[in-house]
Amino acid sequence: MARVVFAAGLRRFTGGAESVEIDAGDVRELLRVLYQRWPALEKRLSEGTAIAIDGEVIPHGEALHEPLRPETEIHFLPQIGGGS
Amino acid sequence: MSERKFRQVGTRPIRHDGLDKVTGRAQFGADFSAPGMLWGKVLRSPHAHARIRSIDVSAAIALDGVKAVITGRDFPDVASESQVGGEGATDMRDLALNVMARDKALYHGHPIAAVAATSSRIAEEACAKIAVTWDVLEPVLSLDQALAADAPILHQNARATGDEPLPKGPSNLASRREMGRGDVAKGFAEADVVVEREFTTPMVHQGYIEPHAVLARTGEDGRSVVWCCTQGPFMVRAYSAKVLGLATDMIKVVPTEIGGGFGGKTTVYLEPLAILLSRKSGRPVKMVMTREEVFRATGPTSGTHVRVKMGAKRDGTLTAAEAVLVYEAGAFKGSPVGAGMMTVFAPYKLANVRIEGWDVVVNKPKVAAYRAPGAPMAALATETVMEELAAKLGLDPIDFRLTNAVHEGVQATYGPKYRAIGLIETLKAAKSHAHYRAPLGPNQGRGVACGFWFNAGLSSSANVSINEDGSAVVMSGCPDIGGSRVSLALMAAEELGIPVEHVRPVVVDTESIGYNDLTGGSRVTFATGMAVIEAARDVVKQLCARAAQTWGVELDSVRWEDGQAVASNGAEGKHEPLSLRKLAARASATGGPITGRASLTARGAGPGFATHICDVEVDRETGAVKVLRYTAVQDAGKAVHPSYVEGQMQGGAVQGIGWALNEEYVFDAKGVMQNAGFLDYRIPVASDLPMIDTVIVEVPNPMHPYGVRGVGETPIVPPLAAVANAVQRACGVEIRELPISPPKLLELLENAR
Amino acid sequence: MKLHVVTTVNGEAKEFLCAPEQNLLDALRDELNLTGTKEGCATGDCGACSVIFDGRLVCSCLVLAAEASGRRIETIEGVAHGAELHVLQKKFLEHAALQCGICTPGFIVAAKALLERNPDPSEEETRYWLAGNLCRCTGYDKIIRAVLDTAAELRGETR
Repeated sequence: MARVVFAAGLRRFTGGAESVEIDAGDVRELLRVLYQRWPALEKRLSEGTAIAIDGEVIPHGEALHEPLRPETEIHFLPQIGGGS
Repeated sequence: MSERKFRQVGTRPIRHDGLDKVTGRAQFGADFSAPGMLWGKVLRSPHAHARIRSIDVSAAIALDGVKAVITGRDFPDVASESQVGGEGATDMRDLALNVMARDKALYHGHPIAAVAATSSRIAEEACAKIAVTWDVLEPVLSLDQALAADAPILHQNARATGDEPLPKGPSNLASRREMGRGDVAKGFAEADVVVEREFTTPMVHQGYIEPHAVLARTGEDGRSVVWCCTQGPFMVRAYSAKVLGLATDMIKVVPTEIGGGFGGKTTVYLEPLAILLSRKSGRPVKMVMTREEVFRATGPTSGTHVRVKMGAKRDGTLTAAEAVLVYEAGAFKGSPVGAGMMTVFAPYKLANVRIEGWDVVVNKPKVAAYRAPGAPMAALATETVMEELAAKLGLDPIDFRLTNAVHEGVQATYGPKYRAIGLIETLKAAKSHAHYRAPLGPNQGRGVACGFWFNAGLSSSANVSINEDGSAVVMSGCPDIGGSRVSLALMAAEELGIPVEHVRPVVVDTESIGYNDLTGGSRVTFATGMAVIEAARDVVKQLCARAAQTWGVELDSVRWEDGQAVASNGAEGKHEPLSLRKLAARASATGGPITGRASLTARGAGPGFATHICDVEVDRETGAVKVLRYTAVQDAGKAVHPSYVEGQMQGGAVQGIGWALNEEYVFDAKGVMQNAGFLDYRIPVASDLPMIDTVIVEVPNPMHPYGVRGVGETPIVPPLAAVANAVQRACGVEIRELPISPPKLLELLENAR
Repeated sequence: MKLHVVTTVNGEAKEFLCAPEQNLLDALRDELNLTGTKEGCATGDCGACSVIFDGRLVCSCLVLAAEASGRRIETIEGVAHGAELHVLQKKFLEHAALQCGICTPGFIVAAKALLERNPDPSEEETRYWLAGNLCRCTGYDKIIRAVLDTAAELRGETR
């Protein structure tokens, strides 16, 4: 079960939930489950987010096929960098 | 992580590209020419904010010697799409509009048209003959102005994104984000001392000494070859293809030696223009920016307003922290405020933290990455507030930081848990350094500050091939901006067991190696290094297989040691060791040439922490600040080539000193930069500075085979606050604004009287 | 109408055609293919274009190409003696006094001019002499060390 932690700004999309446990094989599957549960999250997360998987910050687009181990912790972060 | 004994990693060999650089043979971006070459020049907007009513290029085309003219009409419409590269994402549509304006000029210097002609003088003359009519609009030149209720709007169709509350209609707020955890109100209530301060920093430029330059040549088959000084040849290929509506494989990019980048060369400006001009004219086109163009029309970093509030108990434990970061994005959205948010409190343990970030557009050049983008401005605020808290609590500045410093297992303020990190080691090393105890005289003061940068991994490809004489070539695709080539050679030499002088590291073009993400994010020694190590290990496996074949033994009876295959595991002593040289000489007979390759997306980049100490002396009559002594302590994980790690620490510290004391973009009321040259945009010179002492601490990164952490960016994060804190202690003023230039400091001293 | 200029560069007789308003930096790079001298600013502020002009250290971007007529010019390409590096060049390499290397030719030419005048400069004198050469990569530390070490070696002192 991967644990997803939501930063303050995202909690309004999850009904206030600070974190949730999701059973998924990789990030893409995890997002599918998240979006099914909270559809409004999809638009918000697609607007420039990076994902931290067990502390490793990865740009959103690259993270999709990352496999998830049991006990993996995921955080959604504002995109780093910015200036091109 | 086992204590590996390195033979070559950690030594200081002469860099392989050094000879060409000290003799003037090395070829940088502007050093290339081609037969039949034309010179390209850009016509730039004289207005900071204006609608283009019409452009008439007929007089330019008619000029003798002019071979091609392009305007926004010659470019395809590009969809808004986010392309991830470097450390962040770039909107392709914004990029295309920045490269060449369509209906609107959004900053003074914005490209409106470009000309290719037989001489640069004729190209300039032709630009002057292009007739443009304008609807001049009121420019937006500050954050306050941009966010005011009646502000002129830069992008009528854009809407603010992110976390509510957000304005509903058109706005100059591009996005607003929030992050945090715990309960800051409760945390502040628990504090014995609370300090809240607001800071302003100006727009500053990376200041690379080499202006952007490109030579583009297009063949009759429509394929272009581009020579340019860039931090990312694959990025130039991808972005140029997108902007011009071409297939990626129609463009080959050859990275030249690069005269500095610091993030400023991680995007495209001239490249698509030169390619299009060469397509239209059928001839090679060379374009080189003037220094003025570099300042006016390439990305500086954001000017900012940052407010930080921190609370602590009498025993020194921090109880809560809050930050609001408002950053200028320039003419198009995308400032590094996200990274500012993530780094602002990263060095400290905090259960209660709330961070807000605003990305705001203004009529100034679109900002580009600048060494640890977004972090130095945030650290200025935090480290100055930490200084004030320490003073109010009567605590030593380093001890106060040690009480709250993050370490392995602590949850970062930006979310994830830290693995092994070295902040505490750098603080301890700073505290025990002689600098920290050295006596100070009148009008002198000492400042301390910490800094943090994530460091990136991303993708790299590398080839290691063995020549017939047993020497090796290491090929990779990340331009060398700080000495990475020699570090890659050291890593290959370490794995192969041959002297580093027998390893040739080369940076190749986009058709000679697999995909590489660009040089930036302090990633090359880490990620490309990982690829090189893996490729070299692949070579070693092949060499062992050749030895096994030669001896007629199983592969697991062969061991690689000190550059030779040694029989082991049951076959000890039965065969003479075979050196790499011997195996290479027989390669063709034993299965063919030996090449190892690796393409990987590196994971596990280790964060880099630093602690800096700065002593200054203030001249109360002139307001001048002299840096007397500077010590930079940083965790490098494993210093592959210590001289170049020191070089990064010294260079980054000095850029930070310049940012703190002198550098700023000065705009007039019309949005025209007043100091677009090195005389008045004052970067540090040799006589401004003392030696920059460095201490490398090594807390190995468990995710890299040698423990390497990126080192290039962290050094620029502490100096802004280290200098500001030193000035405050030297003369008792409160620093809330950068730069601390003589006129500004004099005014503060006057007001304090 | 182009001007015909006859001059001496690095001890060799050279000639080129140039426009009246063309500066010496452009003439060296574009007419004589000596691209070791660099343009950083074209306004005499950065020193990347440093050359020695009749024994004097100048910014070649501030000299008209036509002024080279009958003069002696020394550029980075003439610092080494054939295949033998100048001590300055060796010390720059040993001390890792370069990172990107774009300012290096200018620094070497300027430092050579310093040591020809003053074989025993102090750190302060060296820093002030080189204040006209901008470097953005190194923070100047290793450059100064390389120049002082060169001076010591040329004086016959060992470290």
